[in-house]
Amino acid sequence: MSFLFDKDTWQEIYSSIRKNKIRTGITIVGVMWGIFLLVVLLGAAKGVENNFNKLFGNFATNSVFIWAQQTSKPFKGFQEGKRLSLKMSDLQSIRNEIEGLEFVVPRLQTQALAVNKFKSGTFGIFGDYPTLDKIQKKDMVYGRFINENDIKEKKKICVIEEEIYKQLFDKDVNPIGAYIKINNINYKVVGMYKQGQVGSGGPQGNIHIPFTTYQQVYNMGDKVGWMIITGKPEFDITQIEADVKLLLKNLHKVHPDDIRAFGSFNLGKEIAKVTGFLTGMQFLTWFVGIATLIAGVFAIGNILLITVKERTKEIGIRRALGAKPWEIKRQIILESVFLTSIAGALGIISGGLVLMLIDLTIGQGPDAALTNPTVDIPVIIIAAITLVVLGTLIGLIPAHTAVSIRPIEALREE
Amino acid sequence: MIKIEKLHKSYPMGKDFLHVLKGLDLHIKEGEFVAIMGSSGSGKSTLLNIVGLLDTHDEGNYYLNGQLIENLDEKKAAILRNKFLGFVFQSFNLITYKTALENVALPLYYQGIGRKDRQKIALKYLDKVGLKDRANHLPSELSGGEKQRVAIARALVTNPKVVLADEPTGALDSTTSHSVMELLKDINREGMTVFVITHEEDIAEETDRIVRLKDGVIISDEKVIKKTTV
Repeated sequence: MSFLFDKDTWQEIYSSIRKNKIRTGITIVGVMWGIFLLVVLLGAAKGVENNFNKLFGNFATNSVFIWAQQTSKPFKGFQEGKRLSLKMSDLQSIRNEIEGLEFVVPRLQTQALAVNKFKSGTFGIFGDYPTLDKIQKKDMVYGRFINENDIKEKKKICVIEEEIYKQLFDKDVNPIGAYIKINNINYKVVGMYKQGQVGSGGPQGNIHIPFTTYQQVYNMGDKVGWMIITGKPEFDITQIEADVKLLLKNLHKVHPDDIRAFGSFNLGKEIAKVTGFLTGMQFLTWFVGIATLIAGVFAIGNILLITVKERTKEIGIRRALGAKPWEIKRQIILESVFLTSIAGALGIISGGLVLMLIDLTIGQGPDAALTNPTVDIPVIIIAAITLVVLGTLIGLIPAHTAVSIRPIEALREE
Repeated sequence: MIKIEKLHKSYPMGKDFLHVLKGLDLHIKEGEFVAIMGSSGSGKSTLLNIVGLLDTHDEGNYYLNGQLIENLDEKKAAILRNKFLGFVFQSFNLITYKTALENVALPLYYQGIGRKDRQKIALKYLDKVGLKDRANHLPSELSGGEKQRVAIARALVTNPKVVLADEPTGALDSTTSHSVMELLKDINREGMTVFVITHEEDIAEETDRIVRLKDGVIISDEKVIKKTTV
């Protein structure tokens, strides 16, 4: 491999490139364009994916929400239209009977007026367990989320969303320790979190109080408003949803085919749709990028073929002077690899710059269309290796042409 | 040095074959200065190409430096050319974007000699042809005679057994032609076998032995009676 470090090797590549400046330039642009497209498209796809993850990322994606409604079929002596409500005992049954569950989280929910001194607003009030934080990660700005102790002692505490903080508190005031009056009962604020975009109770924002406190204050008995069930990653959430609903129908004496008795929203299924779209987009990106790349590499093969034709005489001279066919081939393949590498490097750099530009212009703020449009280093490495390999392969064609002409014919050329 | 026995060569011309060399016998000993004369189409260039391993022969035997040349692949031919033969062409065939020094050093590159050594050796040979001060000039900055001197230096740089010159003065005026021939004579005097192809009588006269070709056969092979002795 010592020829790689020989000045003559590179001098020859340089001089052959210099002889065809425009053509070489255009060819380099061709390959550059291919890898540039690949990088930018992949980056943009990643940006969309990141954006999507930002929306759903703080929520366990394999989850399903289930609530009780009214029956639509008579069953076991009950008329249709029987009102149903979930009970704490249902949750215990679900935990016992259904396989592959990670969390079963009961929630209670209402709307209520909350007052802090002279400021007030109507917000979603939730009775929650600490486990909610596990499936719907709360990005705490101040303080903490509800803990076991709050549940046990039915404490009058609350955790508020940023939106509520904005409406009930002055700017830059630490809300921790302040009291908020909800339905004329004072709750001490113990935490404030940044809002997520999915699972909000309403546009005004959420206030979380301990589940047991809610039960007592609103006299709920063992009723449950609705629940979030998350499955372990290896279990199919759609199957869990069906199993849970069937179990609930059994427990509540509902007709097995009654589809209106229990409502549900399968987050996993919804997310799978978007993920499928993202996968399709990524496939398209790869396809377009690689196809453009190959077109560019062929252009390099073409220019080298022309260069070889133009240099037939020179190659003849070299062979008369004792250049072995392999040495001629090597030179031309190296030229091809050099051109593709330069073009690839330029493409990757310019693609990176464009991604930076995208990030600076439309990638900022909470409403950004793209978040962190980036391309993974392994992808870049794969693309670069692909380029070098393709460059070598395409270089073989002109290299073969160069040595297939006999030196005597090459010398006769003028 | 070069021994040819009953050499035949023909080229396909459409359906027929053009029989260019029709059974040549030629023996050139080491240190000889030989001119091959003949009009165009006489087969002299074909002979040179075969001797120079740029082309293959159909029949007969060819011994170069005592080695029978047969079934050469391109790689072996390249190695033999590099080791035993030095070429001087009518149109110089210097590489246009390389300086005189780099052109001279090129055969050494294909011998795998290091860059510094290449340049040192190449400079020595440039000095020998009197162009040391032109070492860093491009061929386009040299006159025809200078170009041919560079080409001769390039032919000599590997210290070959035979220098093959194909119409070395064909593109030069008579004064420069003469000085180039003087240079070849000097080289010959140092013991190098020189093999010149020409169609000019006065150029051939400057060698020691003239072989005349006509229609693919040798019609005469005689020693030159030196003018100086006349």
